[in-house]
Amino acid sequence: MSSRKSKSSNLIQADYVSQVQRILRERFCHQSPHGNLFGVQVQYKHLIELLKRTAIHGESNSVLIIGPRGSGKTMLINHALKELMEVEGVSENILQVHLNGLLQINDKIALKEITRQLNLENVVGDKVFGSFAENLSFLLEALKKGDRTSSCPVIFILDEFDLFAHHKNQTLLYNLLDISQSAQTPVVIIGLTCRLDILELLEKRVKSRFSHRQIHLMNSFSFPQYLKIFKEQLSLPSIFPEKIFAEKWNENVQSLSEDRSVKEVLQKHFNVSKNLRSLHMLLILLLHFWFCLGNMLALNRVTPSHPFITAADLMEANQLCSMDSKGNIVHGLSVLEICLIIAMKHLNDIYEEEPFNFQMVYNEFQKFVQRKAHSVYNFEKPVVMKAFEHLQQLELIRPMERTSVNAQREYQLMKLLLDNTQIMNALQKYPNCPTDVRQWATSSLSWL
Amino acid sequence: MLHLENMVLCRESQVSTLQSLFGERHHFSFPSIFIYGHTASGKTYVTQTLLRSLELPHVFVNCVECFTLRLLLEQILNKLNHLSSSEGECSTHITCEIFNDFVRLFKQITEAENLKDQTVYIVLDKAEYLRDMEANLLPGFLRLQELTDRNVTVIFLSEIVWEKFRPNTGCFEPFVLYFPDYSIGNLQKILSHDHPPEYSADFYAAYINILLGVFYTVCRDLKELRHLAVLNFPKYCEPVVKGEANERDTRKLWRNIEPHLKKAMQTVYLREISSSQWEKLQKDDTDPGQLKGLSAYTHVELPYYSKFILIAAYLASYNPARTDKRFFLKHHGKIKKTNFLKKHEKITSLVTLQLLTLVGHDDQLDEPKYKCTVSLDFIRAIARTVNFDIIKYLYDFL
Repeated sequence: MSSRKSKSSNLIQADYVSQVQRILRERFCHQSPHGNLFGVQVQYKHLIELLKRTAIHGESNSVLIIGPRGSGKTMLINHALKELMEVEGVSENILQVHLNGLLQINDKIALKEITRQLNLENVVGDKVFGSFAENLSFLLEALKKGDRTSSCPVIFILDEFDLFAHHKNQTLLYNLLDISQSAQTPVVIIGLTCRLDILELLEKRVKSRFSHRQIHLMNSFSFPQYLKIFKEQLSLPSIFPEKIFAEKWNENVQSLSEDRSVKEVLQKHFNVSKNLRSLHMLLILLLHFWFCLGNMLALNRVTPSHPFITAADLMEANQLCSMDSKGNIVHGLSVLEICLIIAMKHLNDIYEEEPFNFQMVYNEFQKFVQRKAHSVYNFEKPVVMKAFEHLQQLELIRPMERTSVNAQREYQLMKLLLDNTQIMNALQKYPNCPTDVRQWATSSLSWL
Repeated sequence: MLHLENMVLCRESQVSTLQSLFGERHHFSFPSIFIYGHTASGKTYVTQTLLRSLELPHVFVNCVECFTLRLLLEQILNKLNHLSSSEGECSTHITCEIFNDFVRLFKQITEAENLKDQTVYIVLDKAEYLRDMEANLLPGFLRLQELTDRNVTVIFLSEIVWEKFRPNTGCFEPFVLYFPDYSIGNLQKILSHDHPPEYSADFYAAYINILLGVFYTVCRDLKELRHLAVLNFPKYCEPVVKGEANERDTRKLWRNIEPHLKKAMQTVYLREISSSQWEKLQKDDTDPGQLKGLSAYTHVELPYYSKFILIAAYLASYNPARTDKRFFLKHHGKIKKTNFLKKHEKITSLVTLQLLTLVGHDDQLDEPKYKCTVSLDFIRAIARTVNFDIIKYLYDFL
């Protein structure tokens, strides 16, 4: 009886867990516009006011939203647009054009895209225009409503704005900003970019037409706020159907955020990178460890090994997050390749980072093998060359210049792309490292 | 799921991480996943096997095969179209040249019924070649979920670490997953897995042990080791087949195979000779010391004048032009004047032996330019045979 009860409670548990997974994954993986805004209220107000001025009062404007990657620019604009559309009478009246610097790589494509998004493909038909400006003004004329006196306001959102500044003559930017300055149609140009020096990239005539309005998103929250964000991101929303479970879950999250070791991990993470995207990465790993320590392949349905998240899960997630990737690659090299890296390390120490070539590394390796090595066989030169080329393929060493016709392969100058600490750390973890190799690594003069 | 364990050895934790990343079918996954690890560490195999056995809709593309933007985008779209259309329908080939069109067409195709509510996976193998294509391609694929507003995840498989991919102004950071290399125990387990049915597993495991003993310090690549294991097994079994030893005579078997494996390291491993040549050699049972490798090292015997032409070519190729005066003013032609016709023949024969190569345009018929492609060791050996001290004449050795 009790076993049946626990089995059924397990199934119910699994069901809750699936719902929790769904909500949390949606929050971390998919940027939905339903989340909360953290610490950007002022900027948000500024933006929404600007949008309202264009949509409702017909004022033209331009603004740049500047902030590092992952600081919430797209999220901000999506929120603002959502709120704007909810205002009465706006949604039928206003048009949106979303452009992205990664997709529209030149102005011709951009213009076609604008035509498509404004649904004016039929109107344009097969017309041939003399210039970009003509084309654009034709499109905007076509938006004029019945009495030809007023036209629909258009919101232009240019993502990756700095990429548009690399187009030829910056034609698109010039024309769009020109329209925003002249009295044609009410438009608002919103540019999103991660480059602080965006204004330096703009030509003089483009810059002068820009209103120089900038909204900065600088991730300006402090660590206690970061902790609060962590807690909020993990908590279940109040609309979650199973109230009791949600309450217990949220209590657990609260106690987790007060745990000292958790705070330490989060502090380290905060010191490296403040932005929320990296926090989301950590939380995804956290979900993974909570979820599958153990039972993954066993059952058909995935069930967690323990009902609530623990601090240990976070420790493991953090460890995975902060791995040295080059160190991992060195871990997988063969002993011969490790010996070559150590030989290069010694050459770097002796000659103070001067570039080396294969012959020099081979000589150094020979010195080691002939003098001290018992565990490393004296391999033939071609075999050592193959190992050297494998290192080049993994991009752990790099030629100083492009392969020149003049130099032979063995004499081409190379540079090592690992530093001494990385090498020594990797050697510590290297499985079954022969002792003489390890000793050679610590000092090239140990034969003295 | 149990059969998955048997198909994919020694990779349980990676499979579980991937499974939890994929989540359930209709969940959103992380927009991009970057998997890195050494070659032959199972990245492609595990990802493909997992996607197939879980029957998730996916498209697998190799960036070496699709080396231009157009090939890559068209292949993805056409494979997706194939997935989304019902059986028997023959769909037209989609063309796509730019990324903007790709996004638009992608949105159209994923509106299809059987792709609508699930995560679609695009797997890009050998992703390091994406860095050399158009600059917007890599950042675009990293953000494909956002750009298309669809439930799609892009998985990148590569040997190179993520730090070398990151564009200058940053990008959407993918979820980075590491596939660790196989330890020697894992290698042993995997290699012993494909033992031929005629012999016992222990016998084969002992053979693998010997093979790893010789090759493990040089090479940990599973593909190479597997190839070597298959090539050399017949030689290992020879004493047993001939009746000279039985399966348990480890010392005899070892003594038989060991020089053979050492020779393999200098030839087949370095691709000096082809695998079929190696197999023929084993059957013919000639002395392995007489192997003729690709490099002309031991077996090329050149005529006297050809040697001097070669030395002259080497000096001309590697000494800077301005030093010629310094070396050769007092040099009164040790090389006797030969018939010009014969000189041309000798040069052509040196080109055939690949000791000289043609440099520059093919259309300069009357003044072809050549370059010497032998290594220093080889030219020293040649020079020694004609009593010519080449070191004295080389600029780099002054």
